[in-house]
Amino acid sequence: MTVTTVREGRPGAGRPSTGGSARVSAALWRRAWLRATLTLTPPLAWFLVIYLASLAVMLVTAFWTVNPFTNTLVHNWTLANFRQLFTGTYLTIIGRTVGMAAIVTVTDALLALPFAYYMARIASRRGRELLFTAVLLPLWASYIARVYAWIVILQKGGTLSWTFQKIGVGPVNIGYTNIAMWLVFSYIWLPFMIVPVYGALERIPDSLLEASGDLGARNWRTLRSVVLPLALPGVVAGSIFTFSLTLGDFITPLLVGGASSNFIGNVIYSNIGTAGNLPFAAALAVVPIVIMVFYLLGARALGAFESL
Amino acid sequence: MEGRLARIGLRIWVGGVLAFLFVPIGIICFYAFNSSNVQSWPIRGLSVRWFSVAWHDPQVRAAFVLSLKAAVFATVLALLLGSAAAFGVHRFRFFGREAVSLLLVLPLSLPGIITGIALNSAFHFAGIGLSLLTIIIGHATFCIVVVYNNVLARLRRVSGSLYEASADLGAHGMFTFRTVTLPTLSTALISGALLAFALSFDEVIVTTFTAGAQNTLPLWIFGAIRLGQNLPEVNVVVVAVLLLTVVPVIIAARLTGGGGITRGSAGPSAR
Amino acid sequence: MRICTRAGALLVAASAVVLVAGCGSSGSTSASTSGGGSATGGLAPPEASKPVPASVGKTEGKLNLIAWEGYAQPQWVKPFEQATGCQVSTKYGGSSSEMVSLMANGGGGQYDLVSASGDADLRLIYGGDVKPININLIPSWKDFHPFLQSPPFNTIGGKHYGVSLQFGPNVLLYSKPTFPSAPTSWSVLYSKKYAGQITVPNNPIQIADVALYLSKTQPSLGITDPYELTQAQFNAAVNLLKQQHPLIKKYWDLASQEISLFQSGTTVVGAAWPYQTNTLVAAGAKVADTIPAQGATGWADTWMLATNAPHPNCAYKWMQWATTPTVQAQQAVYFGETPANKLACPIMDSIQKGACAAYHANAPELYYQTIKFWKTPLAQCGNGKSDCVPFQQWVTAWTQVVG
Repeated sequence: MTVTTVREGRPGAGRPSTGGSARVSAALWRRAWLRATLTLTPPLAWFLVIYLASLAVMLVTAFWTVNPFTNTLVHNWTLANFRQLFTGTYLTIIGRTVGMAAIVTVTDALLALPFAYYMARIASRRGRELLFTAVLLPLWASYIARVYAWIVILQKGGTLSWTFQKIGVGPVNIGYTNIAMWLVFSYIWLPFMIVPVYGALERIPDSLLEASGDLGARNWRTLRSVVLPLALPGVVAGSIFTFSLTLGDFITPLLVGGASSNFIGNVIYSNIGTAGNLPFAAALAVVPIVIMVFYLLGARALGAFESL
Repeated sequence: MEGRLARIGLRIWVGGVLAFLFVPIGIICFYAFNSSNVQSWPIRGLSVRWFSVAWHDPQVRAAFVLSLKAAVFATVLALLLGSAAAFGVHRFRFFGREAVSLLLVLPLSLPGIITGIALNSAFHFAGIGLSLLTIIIGHATFCIVVVYNNVLARLRRVSGSLYEASADLGAHGMFTFRTVTLPTLSTALISGALLAFALSFDEVIVTTFTAGAQNTLPLWIFGAIRLGQNLPEVNVVVVAVLLLTVVPVIIAARLTGGGGITRGSAGPSAR
Repeated sequence: MRICTRAGALLVAASAVVLVAGCGSSGSTSASTSGGGSATGGLAPPEASKPVPASVGKTEGKLNLIAWEGYAQPQWVKPFEQATGCQVSTKYGGSSSEMVSLMANGGGGQYDLVSASGDADLRLIYGGDVKPININLIPSWKDFHPFLQSPPFNTIGGKHYGVSLQFGPNVLLYSKPTFPSAPTSWSVLYSKKYAGQITVPNNPIQIADVALYLSKTQPSLGITDPYELTQAQFNAAVNLLKQQHPLIKKYWDLASQEISLFQSGTTVVGAAWPYQTNTLVAAGAKVADTIPAQGATGWADTWMLATNAPHPNCAYKWMQWATTPTVQAQQAVYFGETPANKLACPIMDSIQKGACAAYHANAPELYYQTIKFWKTPLAQCGNGKSDCVPFQQWVTAWTQVVG
């Protein structure tokens, strides 16, 4: 382990000053609480005053109603919005969303693991950089445009159908279906899964794998007993993104979904836009919040926060 | 350790995933040359007129400039507040530390539409008109998380003995910060900043609810897709942005994936 | 360490102050509204007494519109920008409720004009989000058809809350190869023959279209006004929608989606605006539209001025511009609607032969009477009863149908 951060060859920088900055540093050193306050207050203030307060404001409106004529809020405290949530339609929508989020998470984990394994352990340094670039680059092509491109691919007579016809499988028309949504969601969130899984796999020391080999384990056994458990925190970290992003997304169901593709995200969106009913949208928004808070607690227990 | 067959299999898998990732991008690039403004397959005709349309479109320029401004300000805020938060959480043991570290991950873990409508309601209540400022506030909130994660991860990997050694050599706090801490964090800060910039630049869900009559580039794209009148122009703009960002992305990849910490060691890498 | 508790207490107190202040300031909005749908009963529009300008002052260089897709095309926006120096930016809305939401707080100090349809107009007026205009500043107004000069949806108590723009029907769009001759009934939208190839708008107001269809096909229900439905009539409409659900390929939210659906051949018949037909035909698709025997719902649009419009002079200039015969003709032919300005007819024919007759601009009043224009369903039925189904229930029922 070499210390490379002390700059050599710059005599002027090698001597700390004894003036004002030294006195401030000393004062801060003595008063640890001051240092803590100075570093923590700005970000925490931001989060409390802007983020948590906004969430609180939104949650408060969930207990109100709206004048349907003028779309203004009516401050009558009521549980009507929450009661409406527990009716059949919305439970189906919530179930459908959570189910899709789970399937997409599993799909992305399966796609990402071999890819990240290759990137972390087999690729050369050059190859790793290239692959990393390739994974990050799609995030810069507008998300909406990428979803829209899938419409061309999946529509009747689109790229997929055309390709399948050319190879003799026959035309396929999966545009505007839940399968289409599964494909598009898995596609869009894949980079968010690859990066943490790669991080987790990259951190596994070579010595661990060699030790496993020394103890007599063949490749599959090592994979199963050593690599996968160590990759799990990365998978869970990535799943936080795939799960939460699917729970709240409205653009993909809007553009690619079919007739029975109402997800939590686009019901919230249409309740704010088409229906102008912010209180109900806020009530519905409680559902993903509750789901994600539990998910985060579970993820932390599995050590995912180290891999974020 | 991996057998030959496994390597070949993995290579094919990697190729497949790369194809999966890039086919839609290929479609976007291809349809930037579409002569018709309806995206049908197969493509009816090719034309380059949309490049000139996009170049001369004042709305695109305004949207691009607004996106840049929002991303720059949000990134700067994120760098300051995110690294401060990471320091605080890493260095100090305080009551509620677990809760704070959970709180700081919330903006990225909760769906964007929730952050969006929460901020929208709050701004309406506080009587703050929607403008570039509110867009920046919205973006900064989740960009802070990105920088925080990056810096915290790096702080955890760097041994604390470096700072003690610096103190032993007679350096006071500020000096140590300037000459020891910042350099070790530099790559984490840069990659965090680049990630935050990317997230802010392409963000559409929170921005829908925090923007007033202005358009950032993603909002412009959404409006253009609604209209369906100049879809190839949208593709042209996306291709242009992609080309502009290839170089920064390569830098980011190098900082986060290629170099950085080598396996097994706990100290900074020798460069 | 006690530091966090000290700082934490301060921050919690700060956010509590924010919340309390917020609750207090928005209390004023509830004063101007009453519950349910009695907002029109006897209440004067909040902005009725706002003074109108005597003349149009210096333009501000910018204009922010909320408009339907196709209402702000470069064809007539660019000459306007050049003539007045007002740079136009448009936010598109897909439904009246969306426009009402965007116009909250008088346009939020952001938006100047909104092209509101009949079901949004009254909501905007009584919500205080739009203010009266000086109709004398719009010279083209005197050339309007009389029934569009002061229609009840934008003129209240003699005050004009905007200037009428255009009106048009919701049409039945069909693919010509599948339908060699135009369908004569809306029943094709409910027919199993085209299962998986039908599309309709994702908008609760569609229930009115179904009600209109039922008013002719099931006269025993006694539906007279498709927007004033008793519970029994409403349930009949919703039942038909539920039966239709398995046949629908997609409920379109954006106009471009329907264009895409027809272009790829995914759908062969659907409910649309003439805008989609015109765009598809211009792109070479073999489609056409028609109004079947049962009639059609439609919209009558008004450019309304936001209460807190930041660029009122540019707004007036736009209203003047959009009502001139040339622009009226251009927009009418482009979108497929009927202009308010009498003088637009010959110009429409010069843009596209036969357009004036095709869009009924030569005999608009009769045509106008046949369309059931969008209006907000309220609990008060027109006949003095109060048992009609209000819009909130339309939204809930619609989510059940689509979900």
